[in-house]
Formats: sequence, C-alpha cells, structure tokens
Amino acid sequence: MGYVAVKGGTNAIEASLKRLTYERLKDGEIIEVQTIMATMRSLVDQVMSESSLYSPYLAALSIKQANGSMEEAVFIMRAHRSTLPRLYYSETVESETMFVERRISASFKDIPGGQLLGATNDYTHRLLDFTLINESASTNESWLHDYEQALQHVGDGNEVIYFPKVVDHLRHEGLFETYDWDNSKPTDITKENLSFPATRSARLQTLTRGQTGAVTALGYASLRGYGQVHPTVGEVRVGTLPISVGHPNEADEDEADDYYIGNIKVSEVESFVPVSVKNKQNENELEFEIGYGICYGQNETKAIAMSILDQCLEHPEADFPTHDEEFVLLHIDSVESTGFISHLKLPHYVTFQSKLDSIREVKKEGKQQ
Amino acid sequence: MMTATHFAFFDEGSKKEIRRATLKAVAIPGYQVPFASREMPIARGWGTGGLQLTLSLIGTQDTLKVIDQGADESVNAVSIKKLVQETTGVDLTEQTEAATLIQSRHRIPEVTLTEDQILVLQVPTPEPLRKVEAREYVTKRLHAEDEYSGAWLMLFEQIMKYGKTATGADHPVFVNHRYVMAPSPIPRFDNPKMHQSEALILLGAGREKKIYAIPPYTDVASLAFEDYPFTVESFAGQHCHLCGAEDVFLDELIDEATGETYYQCNDTSYCMGRLNSGERQEVVHNHV
Repeated sequence: MGYVAVKGGTNAIEASLKRLTYERLKDGEIIEVQTIMATMRSLVDQVMSESSLYSPYLAALSIKQANGSMEEAVFIMRAHRSTLPRLYYSETVESETMFVERRISASFKDIPGGQLLGATNDYTHRLLDFTLINESASTNESWLHDYEQALQHVGDGNEVIYFPKVVDHLRHEGLFETYDWDNSKPTDITKENLSFPATRSARLQTLTRGQTGAVTALGYASLRGYGQVHPTVGEVRVGTLPISVGHPNEADEDEADDYYIGNIKVSEVESFVPVSVKNKQNENELEFEIGYGICYGQNETKAIAMSILDQCLEHPEADFPTHDEEFVLLHIDSVESTGFISHLKLPHYVTFQSKLDSIREVKKEGKQQ
Repeated sequence: MMTATHFAFFDEGSKKEIRRATLKAVAIPGYQVPFASREMPIARGWGTGGLQLTLSLIGTQDTLKVIDQGADESVNAVSIKKLVQETTGVDLTEQTEAATLIQSRHRIPEVTLTEDQILVLQVPTPEPLRKVEAREYVTKRLHAEDEYSGAWLMLFEQIMKYGKTATGADHPVFVNHRYVMAPSPIPRFDNPKMHQSEALILLGAGREKKIYAIPPYTDVASLAFEDYPFTVESFAGQHCHLCGAEDVFLDELIDEATGETYYQCNDTSYCMGRLNSGERQEVVHNHV
C-alpha cells in the first residue's frame, strides 16, 4: 500500500449527523406537524414572519426538523424559499379590507368601530399553569362546547363590521399631512441587492422579515434614548387579508379578473409620532407622522417595534444608530446574523497563521531597534 | 407537494440571475457586482457566496474540488461537497489538476491553475475599505471616484505604529490598474498567485451579496509602498515534516510530547501528491 490518504472530515460529519438524529429520537416521542400547527401558533407565526414565507404547514415542519430552534427553523424555510421559482407578484392589498380579529388603539378610547380585544396574552397573569400538565381531551371538548354555546347568546356573528382606520379621523382634522399615492413599483429585496439610500419599500420589506428579537431590541433602544422616536400606538390590528394575483398574460387590469389565492394573517401597526415641520411661513409647527409596522401572523411586539424603526429611518438626520439605515437594515436579519456569528466556529488556521506571522515580524523589528 | 430538489438546488431563474452578475464581474475586473444573494442550506458566513457561484456554474460534466483553509477533508469542505454532489451528482476530486471547478476558502492551491479551471473563492468581507468606512453608501462612491486614500492610509498608519505594514490575510490588491479589491482572507503568500492567473478567479460574498472576479491574465498587485515593499509570510528555514516541501504555505503544529514546533504543508492534496509520487518512485526503484 503506497498511497497516503488523509481522511477524517467525512466520518466526523456522518457521526455528528447521526448523533443529532439520535438526540431528536432518543426519548421515543413523536410530535405531529398538525400538533405544532394547532398548539404552537405563535412560534409558527414567528417562523413564517422571519423567513418571509407564508406557509403554516411548512413552518411547523421546519420547527419539528429544527428541534424547536427558532433560528434553525427560519434558516430551513429561507433555504427552501431559494428553490422555488418566483412566478407571480400579488396585487396590492388595502389593509382596510382586513377581516379583523383584534383591533385596539392606545390613542383614543372611543374609536369609530370600537376597540376589539380579540385573543391576546396582554391581560393574562404569567403564572405557570400546572393544570396543563394533566390536560384531558374530554375536558377541553366540553370547554369548547360551553364556549360555543355562550357565543350564540352574544349575537349571530354573521354581521360584518367595517373598521375605518383611526388615522382617517385625524387626517380629516388636518393633523396628518395627506400624501399623494405613491404607486411606483416596489423594490423586491429578494431579487435586488439592497442599495443605499434604500427605498421605503425595501426598508419595510427588510424590517418585516427581521429577527423578532433584533427588531424589538433596536426599536426599544430608540424608545429609551438612542433615537428620537417615541410614538403613541394609533392602531394595532390583527386579522386576515385576502391575497390575489392578476392574470399573467392578460394586460387589462380589471380587478374582478384577479385570482384569489388565499388569506394571510398579519399584525399591522400605525404609530403616531409628533414631529416639528416648517409651514409656508417658515415657522415651526407640530404635526404627526406615521410609523408603519406589519408582519406575518400575530406578533404585535415586532410590528410595533418595526413602526418605530420605520419612523426612525424616515429621519436619517438624527445622529443615532437607530436612525442609520445601514446600521438597522444590515444587522436585523436572522439568517445573516446567526450565520456570520456561527461561522466563527469554522477553522481559521490559515488566517490566524498569517496574523501570527505579522505580529512576530513586528515584535522582531521592535527588539532590533 | 414538490419534494425533490432541483438540479444544483436553485431554480433555473436564480441561476441565470447569478450568472448575469458573474458575467458583469468578469467584464469589470475587481468591481463588486451586487446580486440578489439567495439563502442557502448552509449558513451565511460558511461559504454561501462561493456555493452560489459553484451551483450556478456547475454542469454534469464538471469535476469539483472543495477546500477549506487548504484542506479537502476539513468538515465544512466536506459538507459543501456533499451538498453539491447530492443535488448534481458530479464527480468529486481532491487532486487540483483533475478539477474543472475549485471552491476554496482562504487558500489558492499550490499547484498552478490552468485556463481550463475556475477558482471560486469564498469571501466574508468583500469591501476592502470597510475598515476605514462603515457605510456602504460611502464606500461605493469611493470606488467610483477612484479614491483610495483610506486604503493607503491604513498601511501608512501601520508603518507609523509598528515600523512596517502589519496586515494578516486579506491584504488588499489593486486589480487591472483600477479597483482596489479584497482578495478574500487568503494569506499574503497567495496574493502573487492572482497576478496573471491563467484560471478565471471568481469571488462570492453571500451575506454581503457581492460577486467579483479576476479574469484570466489580469494584472493584480498587492498594495505596498516603494520603500516598504509587500512581503509574504516567512517560513524561512522550515519545511514540511511529511513531504519536505519548502516553498509552500505551512501550518505550524506543536508536538504534544516534546512541545516543539514543527511544520506541515497547509495544502493537503499538494502534500499527498508529493508523498504519493515519492512512494511511486520508491516502488519503481525497489522493483528495478
């Protein structure tokens, strides 16, 4: 045997992958994708939002595959996204058409249409609920039965209420500037590299797919003093929006011919931020501007934080990192930040050797002098 | 539901997009072409820029070699090779000469590359001016205006502080007399291999979403001053303890028993090639 062979990496990887599978299987439990979809709604929502791929089923599958790791599940979904051809763009959605499940305003008590709490964790007491340890299907069923019975006494539930936007009310009063429609084609950040200064559409897309923790942290930093935006939440909405696509080959733009392809659930936030502007007489005047936040699923913290950052980035003149679009937009993506941080685990033998050589040479020169 | 993965992972539209950016990069040597970098099944910072180039270029007739810091068997190199092979079925090799496509992290092989080969380098930070200017908006302008004082000042400051330039890997180069370029964190030892390279060199930064290139037979000079010339890492008086090679980049190892430092070729396939040819000669010699 004359040939020398250096082997090692392949075997080590195989063994490591097996160990990973072992860790997932060793306790003999199987969680169904359906179970994840049904019981881990918020986790599924967050994964869809950060991976910017709306599919509760695939999100639940990725959570299962990732052993419940957020960053890993998002990563898997994003990679899957890269294998799919981009065939259509959906038509513009007016968020006023949202089928509202929850809608609150922190600015006014009596908003037209009223406040609607819907399902929220906000007023739960965060005490560990030990009764869940022995939850039984029959108890749950009878709970559901009672709940549905009670609902019937509230109303027929078939009445559709239109909820006008809170901001419309203030706009009529002249407290918000009325802007012309900007119908320019949005940038698609998945098809074009983000360039600076970024368009607002590119900014919003980057923010909405940002890592929940990162977006929240930077929004919080601005609120605490490392920024100039302290908003009042004008309106938080959670509900579903209908999505449709136009006919790919026919040029006429009749909305009635669009194809309805499904609903997406979103959280939407409009924050009101007081700013001083110059009026026609060149005097300072106070006015309100809107910070906008939206994300897949129910994730109100992220949507509110996004609305703060949106407003921050509209005012790049402020000397804070939260107002610097390169600082904000280039550091909030989960796949990018977790990837680059984790790459530090890769071998750096050559680069370190090179630095070592450089430092030794400098030290040698130092001694000679 | 579609469950099979497409040839070379990407849909064809994505591949075309990446190839278009690559063509532009070849047309403007050293210029960083922005592209819509895709999320890959391996992590950002783990070679996704290189991998996207590889997958957009690879065809069934290609033979692929992947190295990580000089080693074919390094775990990440193995992982990348596995992914490409699983989605394409192409042949793999460890021999530099046998490869048509070589993806590498932080090394250019010791064997001189030829016109029939493409070298793909993985890049963490494509912007050579990033150390002196954090904002992309500004660095893009500096390149456009041929304004490289920052890069020169960086070297000058090192001379002022340390009496010599103290760059490690990723020593900036001047490409085709126009663009200052980050050669990726290859050791300074490998910088001269880029000059007038017969092989096309493509550089891909996945996380930073840039592709750039050194077309064959392009002038590439490492930044240096006349009185403070560019120097490569010194292994004077050292040689590989396995194959005896001298003029190569060496890994520094420590003998666990004696605590002494010894050296070994960093390019594992080069070392193995030398050992095997040595063995072959020995076999021939013994049988004659």
